[in-house]
Amino acid sequence: MLGREQLAMMVRPDRVHRALYSDPDLFELEMQRVFGRAWLILGHESQIPAAGDFFTTRMGREPVIVARHADGSVKVMINRCSHRGSTVCEDARGHRAEFVCPYHGWTYRTDGSLRFVPLAQGYGPDAESKKAGLGLVRVPRVESYRGFLFASLATEGPALYDFLGPMSASFDDMVDRAPDGEVEIAGGVFKHTYHGNWKLVLENHLDGLHPNYVHASSVAAAREAPDPAQPEKYADIAIRQMRQNGAPDSVWESIGTWATEFGHGYLGDYHSDSRLVVGMDNPVFAEYRGRLEKKVGSERATKILGVTRWNSIVYPNCSFMGQFRQLRIVHPLAVDRTVVYTYSFRLKGAPEHMFRDTIAFSNVVNGTGSWVLTDDLEVYERVQKGLSAQAGDWVYLGRGLGGDIGDAGPTRRGATGTSEIHIRSQFAAWLDYMMAE
Amino acid sequence: MPKHAPDPVSPREVEQFLYREASLLDHQQFEEWLGLYAEDATYWVPLERDQKDPWNTSSIIFDDRTLLEIRVRQYRDPRAHARLPVARTVHQVGNVALVQEAGNEVLVGSSLVLIEYRKERQRVFGALVEHRLRRTDDGFRIASKRVDIVNSEAELDGVAFLF
Repeated sequence: MLGREQLAMMVRPDRVHRALYSDPDLFELEMQRVFGRAWLILGHESQIPAAGDFFTTRMGREPVIVARHADGSVKVMINRCSHRGSTVCEDARGHRAEFVCPYHGWTYRTDGSLRFVPLAQGYGPDAESKKAGLGLVRVPRVESYRGFLFASLATEGPALYDFLGPMSASFDDMVDRAPDGEVEIAGGVFKHTYHGNWKLVLENHLDGLHPNYVHASSVAAAREAPDPAQPEKYADIAIRQMRQNGAPDSVWESIGTWATEFGHGYLGDYHSDSRLVVGMDNPVFAEYRGRLEKKVGSERATKILGVTRWNSIVYPNCSFMGQFRQLRIVHPLAVDRTVVYTYSFRLKGAPEHMFRDTIAFSNVVNGTGSWVLTDDLEVYERVQKGLSAQAGDWVYLGRGLGGDIGDAGPTRRGATGTSEIHIRSQFAAWLDYMMAE
Repeated sequence: MPKHAPDPVSPREVEQFLYREASLLDHQQFEEWLGLYAEDATYWVPLERDQKDPWNTSSIIFDDRTLLEIRVRQYRDPRAHARLPVARTVHQVGNVALVQEAGNEVLVGSSLVLIEYRKERQRVFGALVEHRLRRTDDGFRIASKRVDIVNSEAELDGVAFLF
């Protein structure tokens, strides 16, 4: 196993060693020390509104059940029978009073406690008294922020609010936009996979330099399409989004990249799609703004709608779009294999048409068959392939190094919107997690 | 053979049309393929089983004619990383059935087995397909196509080819 000294040598101010993307042993250590410690986003409370509601997901590679218990609290349990190890639930979501192991019938309550063991006396004379210690393994810490569910596999660590720090504003940004003050997950889940390391997607989502290169083909193809015009059509959102990826360098340089504590960060917005960006000239938004103002007042509405963040990263498994109502959850499968689950949100109290636009947006930005996303996935795979080469040891992350600008508290802003400050910050956090034994 | 009144839609004609669509895709004649679609056509690969509509649930692909044209143009761009090289495919169309005729349109069900090969990886997809074909003076045009792949809800690598 790698020692602290070796780990420290692999993360330099302007570069990291390629092993951080390609070494299977290092990946195993990451699962323990990064994914085994950090707060990981699991989903949203709207997925499990009633007692007995549940969904299954992963924390790193750990299969977990997220359930609403009878007392209203959310319990997160490892999906593994305490007897011989079978999963006790295979459904992606549903409603159950209890989870029954298919192998020998061990039966668990929605808080993971063991309720019933068939032929219990066969396990020994003290079987009944042992039951208390044979529940599903509970994930020790579960918290939610504005309805977003997080859990940590570690018993100790910062509270969720402290962990999120300035990133809480990204979640506020989405929820505050809902006239009724609530959002809900809706509209299906994309699950796109790639043959590459989990870090690649987190780096890419705040990378303001890549769109003009990775997405050149969809930019060019969309520029030849007819200009969006009234009446608005379904295709307009995709066309504008694809074209916007071809924004001039000056736009990307000016939008801003911020890095906060624990490896989190966000990118300023660069959008000019009046169907998506409230505050621009679109008739649906007049109605929407009216509803929001009625609830919170004009001044507060202006403030809420004035937030312009594109992607927010909550390291190590969350990529979030408040204004555009998208959540991506990153699940590492192997050192060179990752799956990203993507979710859309409905703003309660907003005009129905806004959700249709959210769906159209999700198709172009997160869709498994998207013109745009497929090129991102292809490039992740090419990076992974290149980083398997033994000829070069280092991955350079020095763009903007030395030019970071102090912002509020520990938050720093990149010298330009295309600074690699966010990647350096992610690796600083990575090293902190990995060095703690 | 006794003479019958001419059937407005012959099963054989429909089959031949679907085979032609498949062949154009398999020979990467995307522009000609696009020519089979009506100006108001939609091309839909739903994300969810039994998905009701493309408006309130995301789709693996949901394109109108404008977006399909972008897709075809992108194939020809020398910077289309996920499409270089273009995936080689075999579209095996079977179980063709005329479901319903209404006016100048016919609803056709079929099954599709698709083999996709690109960069040392081969994938197999199975799908139930529904075409709405419109009769024109120039033969059929596709008014809508819905492709329900059996693994639409599964974890999937990027889809940079056409079903």
